[in-house]
Amino acid sequence: MSTPVNSTVGAEGRRERWIAVGYLLPALIVFGIFIFWPLVKSILLSVQGTDILGNPSGFVGGVNYTRMFHDPEFLTVLWVTFAFTLLTVIPSIAIALAIALLLQSRIRGVRFFRTAFALPFAFSVATASVIFGVLFNPASGVLNGILSHLGVDKVQWLTNPDLALWSVSGATVWMQVGYNLLVLSAGLGALPEDVLEAARLDGASGLRLQRSIIMPLLTPQLFFLIVVGTIHSLQSFGQIKILTVGGPENRTTTLVYSIYEQAFANNNSNYGYASAQAMVLLLIVLIITALQFGVLERRVFYR
Amino acid sequence: MSTLTEPTEPTGPAKDARATKPARAAKPPKATKATKIRGTSNVLTYLFLGVLFLIVLFPVYYGLVGSLMGERDTNSFPPALWPKNGLYPDNYSKALDIIPLGNQYLTSVLQTLAITVGQMVTSALAAYAFVFLNLRWRGFWFAVFLSTMMIPFESIIIPNYLLISQWGLKDTIAGLALPFLATGFGTFLLRQSFLSFPMELRDAARVDGAGHFRFLYSILLPLSRPSLAALGIWSALSAWNMYFWPLLATEDPKHQTIQIGISQLQSSDSDSPGMVLAGVMLALFPTLLLVIFGQRFIVRGLTTGAVK
Repeated sequence: MSTPVNSTVGAEGRRERWIAVGYLLPALIVFGIFIFWPLVKSILLSVQGTDILGNPSGFVGGVNYTRMFHDPEFLTVLWVTFAFTLLTVIPSIAIALAIALLLQSRIRGVRFFRTAFALPFAFSVATASVIFGVLFNPASGVLNGILSHLGVDKVQWLTNPDLALWSVSGATVWMQVGYNLLVLSAGLGALPEDVLEAARLDGASGLRLQRSIIMPLLTPQLFFLIVVGTIHSLQSFGQIKILTVGGPENRTTTLVYSIYEQAFANNNSNYGYASAQAMVLLLIVLIITALQFGVLERRVFYR
Repeated sequence: MSTLTEPTEPTGPAKDARATKPARAAKPPKATKATKIRGTSNVLTYLFLGVLFLIVLFPVYYGLVGSLMGERDTNSFPPALWPKNGLYPDNYSKALDIIPLGNQYLTSVLQTLAITVGQMVTSALAAYAFVFLNLRWRGFWFAVFLSTMMIPFESIIIPNYLLISQWGLKDTIAGLALPFLATGFGTFLLRQSFLSFPMELRDAARVDGAGHFRFLYSILLPLSRPSLAALGIWSALSAWNMYFWPLLATEDPKHQTIQIGISQLQSSDSDSPGMVLAGVMLALFPTLLLVIFGQRFIVRGLTTGAVK
């Protein structure tokens, strides 16, 4: 290709190469200005101090990073982030899986159920969080209302330090079930009918069929959901901002919320320290993505 | 209504089988036993589905019904689960009064349109270069586009905020939309669809004198409508539902998006849940329509994030 016999073809080819770059250009410009340059800038900010006005105040080396790992508050943030991820990813996949498998059965009304169960997918983090805020309201919320019929005292869903993270996680599980269900249903719909039929002929049915045939065939989707769900949970922000603003006692301050607090809340403008935390987020997400491509993918059953 | 997957439901023969059930029951005892087991398992399936249905759909139900309930219902304890004291549609007009909802709605619509159209254009152009053009360093560019999907926006949101403020674009549609006018996801989604385009057709178009842009615009894109629709719906959903970025990129309530508006409705008046929920329903309406009527296209884009 690089040494064309016919010179006109070569000229044509060179022209097309430039045209090709031209077609990439609009996207590349957007990526350059709003992803790659900010990425460089984030790294630069993270090794600089910040004055009270939010301006970089000179190179400080790894100070922001050493501060971070000696800051007990930040270690709590990492722990909360980990707990929040665990409390959201696994349950939301489990519930979606249960629904998806139940919807596989040949009963009347499956279509209705399918549409109904997909509705939470339409909710934004803000709409869902506001609704859950109303449900969680300790004085007049429906959750405490229902519990009162069972003789349970009013629960402080969002202000009890031991409970708040569970409540926010519960709301988040609800927000993620819709997407998980769509992915799993699509996976179930694409199962090879001949394999299922062969298993049925061999006498497999019900739970046995689900455990030994369907689940192994679904591993790509389940694996995909674990990775995507983990990354999604790590990025969660709106539900925390709307429901608990990181409290009580920072017990719901996740990594992204902590970045927001350092950089933007109360006019903090602590961009240097916040950027160092942002780099931790980036690193964690990159490691998980690398895991997806590397180690774990080989264990997954692919057809 | 489109379904999530291939429907396992009423095809012709299945319907017939159901119609002849009584006849089947009259068959030898073995069949009856099988039918019985099938029956109890169906009851269990309905039971489990029903319980999950109540739990999962309750917030949807309460959002809608609560938005029509007056304070006599919502603020008593225990609160009513349905409008015992009549419907109260005034919640909606009250919500519209408290926040500049009209403005915010318009802002959300414009932001969503800008992002959706922008993403479709940049993705279509880039995907065309990847599939049909003699692109140099294809692998490198591919990696560049791929890498944009791995960088969480939250980790680079500070420099973006500083940039938009510096350019004086806070409280503008441009500030809300610019960072999202291109996507790796959209490019790969369309690339996938372009790859299945028959090369003979493309060559024929070229022979007939259609240039690259002409071919892309009047032949390729019209034939890729399902994938374009999938991309459009995904872009629109995510743009409309955005929260973190609009929170930073806007300050003036008049220029905020509806998502920010309703979240502030909640903090401004927690004594009137009905009104807060009315705001939620207004914000929810467009995406609800998209999910109900566009499910087929949503599924198409589902796993493109997985990158194949």
